[in-house]
Amino acid sequence: MNIMLHMPALLIVLPLLAAFVTPLIDKLSRKARNAFVIAIVVIEEIMMLFFAFHIFSGNIAIYTMGSSEPTKLVTEAAVPIRIVLEVDAMSAFMGIISATVAMAAAIYSISFVEESKGKGKFYTLLLIMLAGMIGMEFTGDLFNMFVFLEILSISSCALIAYRNSDGNAVEGAFKYMVVSNIAALLVLFSIALLYSQYDLLNIAALSKVISYTELDKVALVLLVTSFAMKAGSVPMHYWVPDGYSPAPASITAMLVSATQASLYALFRVSFTLYGKVITASYIGVFLIILGLLSMFIGVTMALSQKDIKRLMAYHSVSQTGYMLLGVGIGLYLLNTSDFNTYGIKAMEGGIFHIINNAMYKGLLFLTAGAIFYRLKTRNLNEMGGLAHSMKYTTLFFIIGALAIAGIPPFNGFASKLLIYEAAYRVSPILSIVAMIVSILTLASFVKVFHSAFMGAKIYEVEEAPKSMLIGMAILAAVIIILSIFPGLVVDKIVAPAAHALANWQVYAGGV
Amino acid sequence: MLKTYAGSWDAITWIIAFITIAIVVYIIRSFGRKDYRKGEAQKAFFSGEDVLSPEEMHVRASNIYWGFVEAMKGYYAWMRKIHNGIINDYIAWFVGVAAIMFIVFFIQEVIK
Amino acid sequence: MIYNIPFITTAILAVIGLYAVIFKRNLIKIAIGITILESAVNLSLIAIGYRKGGVAPIYTNLPPNVDIPHGMVLPVPQALTLTSIVIGVATLALILAFAMKIYKHYGSLDSHSRRLKE
Repeated sequence: MNIMLHMPALLIVLPLLAAFVTPLIDKLSRKARNAFVIAIVVIEEIMMLFFAFHIFSGNIAIYTMGSSEPTKLVTEAAVPIRIVLEVDAMSAFMGIISATVAMAAAIYSISFVEESKGKGKFYTLLLIMLAGMIGMEFTGDLFNMFVFLEILSISSCALIAYRNSDGNAVEGAFKYMVVSNIAALLVLFSIALLYSQYDLLNIAALSKVISYTELDKVALVLLVTSFAMKAGSVPMHYWVPDGYSPAPASITAMLVSATQASLYALFRVSFTLYGKVITASYIGVFLIILGLLSMFIGVTMALSQKDIKRLMAYHSVSQTGYMLLGVGIGLYLLNTSDFNTYGIKAMEGGIFHIINNAMYKGLLFLTAGAIFYRLKTRNLNEMGGLAHSMKYTTLFFIIGALAIAGIPPFNGFASKLLIYEAAYRVSPILSIVAMIVSILTLASFVKVFHSAFMGAKIYEVEEAPKSMLIGMAILAAVIIILSIFPGLVVDKIVAPAAHALANWQVYAGGV
Repeated sequence: MLKTYAGSWDAITWIIAFITIAIVVYIIRSFGRKDYRKGEAQKAFFSGEDVLSPEEMHVRASNIYWGFVEAMKGYYAWMRKIHNGIINDYIAWFVGVAAIMFIVFFIQEVIK
Repeated sequence: MIYNIPFITTAILAVIGLYAVIFKRNLIKIAIGITILESAVNLSLIAIGYRKGGVAPIYTNLPPNVDIPHGMVLPVPQALTLTSIVIGVATLALILAFAMKIYKHYGSLDSHSRRLKE
C-alpha cells in the first residue's frame, strides 16, 4: 500500500478519529491523554510536511472517498459524483500552516488549561477544529467545504466559550456563532444556485463548465462576501475582537489559522471556481478595497485598545488586509500581461504573508496568554515590569512584535516588501497606506511592549510553565527559519502555491 | 535570496551588514571620553525637579499615544459609534456589503 | 407559475429570517431568525431537486412506466438538505445554549445590553 496515495484522507481522518478517542483516554489518566494528544498533533505535522513536499514537487493529489481505487474517478457518470479530495500546492501550503499552529497550540495548552475543568472535551474540540481546517483546505467538493466550514465554526465557537464562567467568552462565542452561521447558510445557498445550473458540486468540474450567468454572479457575490466575513475583513470584522479576546490563548492562535482557512476558501472560489470567467469582474478591486479598509481601520482601532488580546485581534484584522491586498492585486491583474511581471509577485507576497501572519500572530497570542496565565488580567493598564521575571516570554514577544511590524531581517518585512513593490506599480496610494499601517503596527506593539514588559518590577511572578514555553518556541523557531531563508521559502513553497491559484486549468485538469 | 519585483532581499546579507556596522559603531564609541564622573553626572536632568522612582515613572497603557488619539478625535468618535458590539448591526453590515456588491455587479445590465 | 411558488417562498422566508436577525433585539428571536433562514435555504435545495411529476429516486421500488432517470426527482439535493438539517440542529442547540448562558450571566437577553464593544 502506497501511503502517499491515501495521505489526503489520512490527514483529515487522523485528528477526527483521535478527537473521539480522546475522551475515552481521558477517563483512564490525565497524563496518557496529554501524551496522546501531543503524539497525534506531532504525527499530523510530520505527515503533513512529507505530504506537502510531495505536492510541492509538482504533483496534484486526488482522492475519491469510498472508492476501491481512490486515485481514479468514477468515470461512467462523466462527472465526479463522489466526494473528491483534491490537494494542490495552495492546499498543501495552508495545510502546513494549520498543522504547525495546531501542534504549537496543543503543546501550549497542556499547562495553560491545567486548572480548568473539562479538559478532555477541550482537546476533543481542538482536534476537531484541526480536522475541520484541514478538511476545508483539502476538499475538492463545494458541499464538503460547507460541511467542514460548519464543523470548524461549531468547534471553534464551543472553544471560545470554554471559560464560560466569563460572560464575555459566552457573548463572543454567541456573536461568532451567529455570524458564521449566516455566512455558512449563504454559502450553502450559493452552492444550491450552482448545483441547480450545472448538476455539479466538484470545484474542478464546475470550473470547466461555468458560464457566468446571472445566477453565477449572485452565487459569486454571496460566496465572496460570506468568506470575506468569515475571514474578518472590514467592515465585517466586528466579531473578530469579540471572539478572539475572551478565548483561551491557544485557541486564539488556532482561530487565526481558522480565519485563514476561510481566506483560502475565498481565494479558491474566486481564482479556481470562477477562474475561467473572472476577467471582466470587480472582485479584484473589491478585495483591494476590503484590504485597504481592513489594514487601516484594524490598526487604528488596535492603537487605542486597553485589552492586550483585543489589541492583537484588531491587528489580525489589519494583517488580513495585507493578504487581501496582495492577492487582490493578483486577481485584479489576472489574465493581463502585467500579471506575469508584478501581479504574481503581489500574490506571492500575499500568500507568504499568510504563513508569516499565522506564525507571528499565533506567537503573540500565546505570549499574551502567558501573561494572562500569570497575572490573570488582560488589561494593559495593570501590567508592567514583566521583563524582569518572564525573560523567555519577553524574548518571544520581541521576536513576534518585530516580525509583525515588518522590521528587517524578520519574515514580515520580506512579505510586506513583495506587496509594497507590486502595489506601488498598481497605484502608489496602496503602497503608502500599507507602509503607514506598518508604522502604526510597530507603534502599537511598542505600546504593548512598554506597558507590559518595561518599567520597574511590579509583580512577583514566575516564568511561564515549560509546555507553554515549548509551544511558543516552536512558532518562534518557524519565524526565524522563515526570516533567514525567505528566498528559499518563496521559491519552494510560496511560488508553487501562487501558481496553483493563478492557473485554474491545472486544478481543473486534476479531475 | 528573495527576488522581488524591483529588487531583491537577503536576510543573511542584512545581518552581516548590521553586525559590521554595529562593530564599527562600537569601535567609534570606544574612542570617546573615559573621564566622565560616575554617579551625579549620569542622572537625568528633569528641569531641576526630583526624579521619581521607577514605579511612579511607568507610563500606563491608556496614556500612551494620547496625543494621536486626541488629534484624531473625530475619527475615533466615529469608530466607537460603529463598533457598538451589537450583533444585529454586524449582520446588517454584512447585508450592506453584499447589497453594494450586487449593485456593482448588476448596474450595467440595468443601464443596458 | 405554480412551480415558482417554492422559490418565491424561499425568498420570502429568507427576507423574514434576515429581518429577524437584523432588527430583533431578543437573542432567542435572533436564533429563530437563523432557523427561518436555514429553512429557506433547505427549501430552495429541495425545490431545485424537484421534477414535474417525479417520483422518489429508489430504483428497487419504482412504480411502473417511470422514465429512468428523468422521471425521478434528484436525490443529491435531498442528501444535501438532510446534512444541512443535521448541521442546523447542532448550530441551533449551540446558539440556544449560549443564549441561556448569557441570560445567566447578565440577566437579560437584549442584544443591545452587551459589554464587548469598541
